[in-house]
Amino acid sequence: MAKIITPGPSGYVPTPAVFEGVQITPPGKALLYGEWVDEETAMREAALAMLTRKNPTIFPGPLVLWGYNASAIEKAQAVLELAKEIPNCRIIPMPDYRPKYPKINPEAEINPNHPNLTILHNRIEACIFVGVHCHYANLSLRMIRAGTNCFTIALCAEMGHEDAMVSIRDVHAEKILELRDMVIKVREELGIKWEPKLPPENPSLPKEHFETLNIADYGDYAYLLHPRKGETVEETE
Amino acid sequence: MGLEYVKISPGFEKYMPKDYVDLVKYGQFGKQIDVQQIDQIKELVEEHPMCAGCYMAYFVRIFYASLPKPEDTIVLGTAGCARLALSQAAVPFIYGNYGDTNAVASGLKRALSIRFPDKIKDVVVVAGDGGLMDIGFGMTMHSWFRREKFTTIMVDNEVYGNTGGQESGMSPKGVQLKMAPKGKKFDKINAVELAKTAGCVYVAKLAPTNPKRIAKTIKRAILAARELGPTFIHVYTSCNIEYSIPTERVLADAKEREKNDFGFYEWMTDEAKEYLEEQEKKMAEAKT
Repeated sequence: MAKIITPGPSGYVPTPAVFEGVQITPPGKALLYGEWVDEETAMREAALAMLTRKNPTIFPGPLVLWGYNASAIEKAQAVLELAKEIPNCRIIPMPDYRPKYPKINPEAEINPNHPNLTILHNRIEACIFVGVHCHYANLSLRMIRAGTNCFTIALCAEMGHEDAMVSIRDVHAEKILELRDMVIKVREELGIKWEPKLPPENPSLPKEHFETLNIADYGDYAYLLHPRKGETVEETE
Repeated sequence: MGLEYVKISPGFEKYMPKDYVDLVKYGQFGKQIDVQQIDQIKELVEEHPMCAGCYMAYFVRIFYASLPKPEDTIVLGTAGCARLALSQAAVPFIYGNYGDTNAVASGLKRALSIRFPDKIKDVVVVAGDGGLMDIGFGMTMHSWFRREKFTTIMVDNEVYGNTGGQESGMSPKGVQLKMAPKGKKFDKINAVELAKTAGCVYVAKLAPTNPKRIAKTIKRAILAARELGPTFIHVYTSCNIEYSIPTERVLADAKEREKNDFGFYEWMTDEAKEYLEEQEKKMAEAKT
């Protein structure tokens, strides 16, 4: 099979996939390395990439992260189900598209205006875009192909993305669960042992719940916060 | 937009960056906040790449804290300093080509009123003196002539600060700038009188020295624009770089200008006055 769209780095401004003759697929078909294939073949290749390449990561976009209707919530649940089945998978969100300068925290989020920062920082070699509006997915996918060696998988609710190595169209909750089943199948074929579990939390979140924290939670160190009876604290650091 | 757009999907709370979790928990969405509570909320804009000591950045911060319904607001800007901070806020932002903000805002407001006939959607243009009174002059004036229902806020730094210090129509007469070494030969445009003549129903001019007053003015302008017609606020936001104002003197400069030519001025039509009194009464009742 001819591979037109392969993982980068393909240069500072790579030729758009469309200029290389890649066309979006009709319903029921998917893109694999720029060629039209059936969805099952594309899903198998996507599953293989997420199971075998380093630091697989899911990048959920605003259409998944914000529960603005029942379908978004359902899709979000399906994404979590998928994440559970991919060994050592991480979720790094793209909550919106606003430019963020002077910098973002690449461990905590991905920004479509400079997605390569997050990918290079975390050494991500396989990723899934899901719930990202098409115009920003196009921008990000091409930037990723330009500057990184990441294998990109686009789960698009519309017509798909030419610049992704795997692009599946009309993806809603049901199809995400199909991909999950494919991941389980390929994982078993490869003999990878894995107990389903959710990825680690976002590292930017505080480890303690300050709102419900009690002085007793500090154990032996509680006296540092609360003077004992009769004790007078004269000096503090 | 709407409040449903600022609720995290169940299960994803622990995958969101802290900024967004805080924005949902402690932000101003769905709440009426007093601008003096700004230190107790998660602000809509925090980081920005504007110059140290920039008074426009301060105004943008107060502007966002003053929005009556941030979850249903769209902000428009254009080339210039303000958009550097405006575009980083947690409120949808549209970047118009230089000068066409009010034309884009007109179309947007009309489209929103067709798409969401039962909802209030606020459209606010925040652009500089170059964007509104020089290059965008025609489109600004015509949006007012057409009585388009949105708010225009001019952040007037009296210079083209981004491009090296050319004089603008709003630079004061006689001022010497890097790219106007002989001094400006013409008077500053009287934007406030133009707005009144062109059909704005609420017009104000201020130097941002008093946050409460800024908030009240912005709220009034947005409320009046919802129902009655175009509204305009002219704000002095000095450029400390091009006018060589030391950072620690920026506020003192604003106060000085307030005493001289930027004293607080507010004008509204009788209809707007009646409407705002009624709205403010309702808001006060809702608070108690």
